[in-house]
Amino acid sequence: MTTPARTISVAFVRRALAALLSEAAWKLPTDYVAALRRARQQEAAALGREIIEILLTNADRARAERLPSCQDTGMAIIFVEVGQQVHLVGGDLNAAIEEAVRQAYRPLRKSVVADPILRENTGDNTPPIVHYAIVPGHHVRLRVMLKGFGAELMSRLAMFPPAVGVDGVKQFVVETVERAGPNACPPVIVGVGLGGSFDTVGLLAKKALLRRLGTPNPAPHLAALERELLDEINALGIGPQGFGGTVTALGVHVEAAPTHIAALPVAVNLNCSAPRRAEVIL
Amino acid sequence: MNAHTLHTPLTDDDVAALRAGDMVLLSGVVYTARDAAHRRLVAALNRGEPSPIPLAGHVVYYVGPAPAPPGRPIGPAGPTTSGRMDPYTVPLLERGVKGFIGKGHRSPEVKAALVRYRAVYLAAVGGAALLLADHIVEARVVAYEELGPEAIRELIVRDFPAIVVNDIYGGDAYEAGQRAFRRRR
Ligand code: SF4
Repeated sequence: MTTPARTISVAFVRRALAALLSEAAWKLPTDYVAALRRARQQEAAALGREIIEILLTNADRARAERLPSCQDTGMAIIFVEVGQQVHLVGGDLNAAIEEAVRQAYRPLRKSVVADPILRENTGDNTPPIVHYAIVPGHHVRLRVMLKGFGAELMSRLAMFPPAVGVDGVKQFVVETVERAGPNACPPVIVGVGLGGSFDTVGLLAKKALLRRLGTPNPAPHLAALERELLDEINALGIGPQGFGGTVTALGVHVEAAPTHIAALPVAVNLNCSAPRRAEVIL
Repeated sequence: MNAHTLHTPLTDDDVAALRAGDMVLLSGVVYTARDAAHRRLVAALNRGEPSPIPLAGHVVYYVGPAPAPPGRPIGPAGPTTSGRMDPYTVPLLERGVKGFIGKGHRSPEVKAALVRYRAVYLAAVGGAALLLADHIVEARVVAYEELGPEAIRELIVRDFPAIVVNDIYGGDAYEAGQRAFRRRR
């Protein structure tokens, strides 16, 4: 059976993506702001509550003034899902995506260097990091993260043998948050990838950060792991900005994938007090 | 909580009055520098060249601000992770820098050097960049312009809020604060 194809111009994708990135810079996700409001009630430390209040005011101001909530608007990380019935016309999709980033970052900080050793700023925040997926359907789905690197720098990956088990996984995750401490601008959001291979486990951890806060993993054993990890992390006492407190993380999201009989890969990707993400379906 | 109103440049007495956990409202000139600027600045100092900015008594703010929106002196300008500047910190302390503003852990070497050279490390709230920019009334690039967001800027700040993390007595506000709330091991 053949279904008629849908034609989408890359210029349309470019405009939608540029608008999405611009908005993400000043509009912190509603689920994050709601979680931060709850944290303000829950936090036992007076200074911690004061810091959360400052972060909430900053988020409100950013939204009202349409200015970035944080100076580090990161690297643009873009997930592109293309329905297999979609025919993209009018140019090169990759070039359109780069152009969208260039446009959206014109008023934002340029934080990308062309080479990790030579370290010359590209001047327009390109290139972005793009992940493509072909899926059934007639749509294009764009999901973006403006990922600050304070938290990215404290993220970790380990290729464990299976014998390490769930206890070893937990220890690694909690230890990652502990070592990050104030550097990752807590309260943090913790994305955990489990399984897959060396190259995909980090991506799982990043995808875990795309999930809305308050949405547990549908698998009961993974949802339980998320709850246990959140408890252990909040028992660390790191608190808002590391000055001590009961709210160190707002959520832990675990994403798992099939893996090899020989391995238990784990990746921990941290998100910070500027967890910018946005999504649109075309 | 103790709140200190301070003006830069800082004196030894100013710094001696600060304890880990105290709140500071800082006014006066502050110099921005992050990774690339530190690398250049310290390389220049090591070659015996003069510093492009005054160091004795001054405060360095680890920040790479966002571009200034129309009608404002600077864009959002919150702290970046200080630990990345640890390898460059002692040479600046040797030349009399009295304060650093950033966020996150310092190395044991830097903490010891802060005690030895009588200087403080302050943290501003990471992520609250737009609110912090309210306290920056003037900004101009004074060195390494080609580094873009990493250029050294001279800022004039007014009541810039920060918390003392490491004082000259070896106090550490992160350690003390976290110990009080730790429920683990
Ligand atoms: S870690 Fe996040 S909140 Fe902190 S400075 Fe970086 S982007 Fe901003």
